[in-house]
Amino acid sequence: MMRALMQPHRIVMLAVAIGLVLWIVFGGNWSWLPKYAPMIVQGVWRTIWLLALSILIGFALAVPLGLAQASGPRVLALPARAFCTVIRGTPLLLQIWLLYYGLGSLFPGIPWIRESDLWPILRQAWPYALLALSLSYAGYEGEVMRGAFASVPRGQIEAARAMGMPRWKIFSRISLPLALQSVLPTLGGEAVLQLKATPLVATITVIEIYAVSSRVRQDTLITYEPLFLVAAIYLVLAALIVLAFRKMEGRQPRRTA
Amino acid sequence: MTRLNLAAAALALGLTAGAASAETVRIGMAPEPYPPFASVDAAGTWTGWEIDLMWALCKAAELECEITPIAWDGLIPALEAGQIDAIMNSMSINEERQKVIDFSDKYYNTPAVIVAAKGAEITPDPEGLSGKIVGVQVSTIHQTYAEKHFGGTAAEIKVYQTQDEANQDLVAGRIDATQADSIAMDAFLTSAEGTACCELKGAVADDPAVLGLGVGVGLRKGDEALKEKFNKAIAAVRADGTYDKITANYFSSSIYGE
Repeated sequence: MMRALMQPHRIVMLAVAIGLVLWIVFGGNWSWLPKYAPMIVQGVWRTIWLLALSILIGFALAVPLGLAQASGPRVLALPARAFCTVIRGTPLLLQIWLLYYGLGSLFPGIPWIRESDLWPILRQAWPYALLALSLSYAGYEGEVMRGAFASVPRGQIEAARAMGMPRWKIFSRISLPLALQSVLPTLGGEAVLQLKATPLVATITVIEIYAVSSRVRQDTLITYEPLFLVAAIYLVLAALIVLAFRKMEGRQPRRTA
Repeated sequence: MTRLNLAAAALALGLTAGAASAETVRIGMAPEPYPPFASVDAAGTWTGWEIDLMWALCKAAELECEITPIAWDGLIPALEAGQIDAIMNSMSINEERQKVIDFSDKYYNTPAVIVAAKGAEITPDPEGLSGKIVGVQVSTIHQTYAEKHFGGTAAEIKVYQTQDEANQDLVAGRIDATQADSIAMDAFLTSAEGTACCELKGAVADDPAVLGLGVGVGLRKGDEALKEKFNKAIAAVRADGTYDKITANYFSSSIYGE
């Protein structure tokens, strides 16, 4: 490991990388940092919860979507497939704008919505951002889960049936764990992609970390330093996701009966 | 070798001479529509008061001008990077910007106004906007003004990439009011959508430090030659009536703001 790292071209590349980082850190204009620190922290937090919630909701939708396509009756399989195709076939930016400026602007026209207790939430932008991100994740992961459920060996399920396991138990004990095990690496990659999709919600006034950086850029007219900072933040977040999934993969119990 | 140098020098001379007679000035314009000042249609044709004025100024200054479309918040970086030579995009002259770029003399100046839903009890002052959500376009004097004067009392100052989006959200009821330039809002208030939902609540109190000294041509720091040309051209079109003639095509009264 160490010896592989110590090869001359690696050392040069490493030196270049370190030099570049040092140059950015010491050569850049970071005077704006203290003033915007609270906004940056808030932005990072908003990015994190948008990402986490949209992955949770999206995945909760993706499991039935995948199951319906892989082994459901036609009435369920067809709408599920249509949903995944539409979501995967249209740009996320378009979906976000359609939900926010389309659906969101229909609500105020309906008096009982405008007068309801939900209106203070519905008039904000984040519910539409979360909905769009969740639906998008559900669309992509629904397709992934379809493949995963389809790849569960039939013999396993037949064996479980032969032993008289009820359907729900077959799903929770056999299909789901096997399917999850086979797609965990894919899901990790998709989570990183989802992280990098979150800046799109800045276009509908959700102030996550990317929006904070453009705000700094627009206020101070400093272009590169805020962008370098967000790049570094996304890099750290992506690394955390990768590490978390690697841990989950390693921990996966291989049950032997 | 010497001959080669001579040839190169002659070529360089020829080039500078050519450039001097037909100097192309790249004018940065944001493609985001800002009627009636500047908007671009699907075919790429630019129209509006500011576009007409720009051609008039270029003609008066004997400059060869071309429009370079650049997103609003990229205009100043593009000017600094030399991708464009001037900004003519209703950019107000204020202290913050003067730290980074130079400006010509002003060529128009209109008040900032508050627009809100019909019948809403809103006045264009901190008390009248207390607890309300105010929408503004990013990087505008209106954003700075709203954050400075209404930030303390308003529920939230919401920042949009374009004024169009703020107007959309005003129609949708997601914001209670928006602050923008009076003439830009005039176009919205006379549209079918604007007539139905909203009305003018009045001009905000003046604050020259923020609201600035009117709109001028944004120029690179130290580009004195071009600044001089634009200043002379502005004075010329004001004097010979071209300015008023162009204004009459778009507005009912003068927008120079004496």
